[in-house]
Amino acid sequence: MSDFEPRIVAFVCNWCTYAGADLTGTSRIKYASNVRIVRFPCTGRIDYMLLLKAFDEGADGIIVSGCHPNDCHYTSGNFHARRRWIMFRELCDLMGIDINRIQFSWVSAAEGSKWADVVNTTVTKIRELGPYTEYKKVANWPVKEVING
Amino acid sequence: MDELRNKVKALLEAKTVNVVIGYEEGTGKKPRAVFAVKPEDAAKLIYDSRCVLNLAAYITKHEVKAKGKMAITATLPVMRSIIQLASEFQVNDNNLFVIGLTPDNQVIEFKNLAEVETFIHKFEISIDSKYKEALEKLDKMSRTDRWNWWINELAPCFKCYACRAACPMCYCHRCTVDFNQPQWIPVPSHELGNLEWHIMRAVHLTGRCIDCDACANACPLGIPINLLNKRLLEDAKKHFGGYQPMLKGDHLMSTFKPDDKENFIR
Repeated sequence: MSDFEPRIVAFVCNWCTYAGADLTGTSRIKYASNVRIVRFPCTGRIDYMLLLKAFDEGADGIIVSGCHPNDCHYTSGNFHARRRWIMFRELCDLMGIDINRIQFSWVSAAEGSKWADVVNTTVTKIRELGPYTEYKKVANWPVKEVING
Repeated sequence: MDELRNKVKALLEAKTVNVVIGYEEGTGKKPRAVFAVKPEDAAKLIYDSRCVLNLAAYITKHEVKAKGKMAITATLPVMRSIIQLASEFQVNDNNLFVIGLTPDNQVIEFKNLAEVETFIHKFEISIDSKYKEALEKLDKMSRTDRWNWWINELAPCFKCYACRAACPMCYCHRCTVDFNQPQWIPVPSHELGNLEWHIMRAVHLTGRCIDCDACANACPLGIPINLLNKRLLEDAKKHFGGYQPMLKGDHLMSTFKPDDKENFIR
């Protein structure tokens, strides 16, 4: 699987990680280009359905990242999100969804190098795990094109 | 049984309530819900160990609500559901009268929901050992085996939503699965939609499910979907110290502690 390039979707919060990723760029730190960043107002907005949909649409890995605890722009969004992730992860584990493919992290607006590190390590990990064929097999079905237009 | 019937009869005769939700003998020796509106309907009521249907599912239905003040014959899980519904502002003392059927076969008339709350807090929500074993067995499997097990187990599901209809906590007028712009959950009976629907159902019931097994009992194909809820109940205990339905106070998932522990966020 040497020619396998993982597709990774990153759900990040506007106030910390998005700004952090911006800093990575302006600091001219080079990191893996496999990641597609989706900006959200807050980690509290990141619905578990979006994570499932990312896998549906062919993602091999997911990064979910936001402000460190106590740093949330909306005071408590990340605390709520953390609770939800704890429970969601357990459920995914029971259902046999590969939780190693979902990387949660706190990256602040000042941690440009941490963002590069998070992305790079996730890409390396997913590269080792290979494409998420199990989920793709389930998600790849003929009617899908019809429904999505 | 007579005690229950007499109480219901008295309530309907005195016009304290307009309708009493209870169990009656159904077809195939399966008790079903009955809505007693006349004093003579009270004779239909039954109560025994076969009555596992969660009657609290009916109190949020607008057809029942339209009848006005109601009474409900409530077993322990039903009482728990009622308190959870009350905490979500779906019922209150003004429109509901609870006749409790206790685990030791007593019939108690509760004056208000606060009394019901005190009563249910005497019993902890705990998972049957049968299900604990099933969950342990799943935990011992490899991840791929678990995945295949669930795909296989959920394969017959054709999304009749009987589990949703039987659940007292699924009272949303428009459920996420009913949305088609965007279509969050694919409708056909297919692995992906089945998987997503059951994950969605379990997630939405996190911290609200009171372990009544109504969903699994309602499933026409006997899919053990309550295992998901049970696992989340166990995890709520493991991570956040568990929960009980409460009239006042925060729900498990609508609150947080600054020192919630996890080990997977870097």
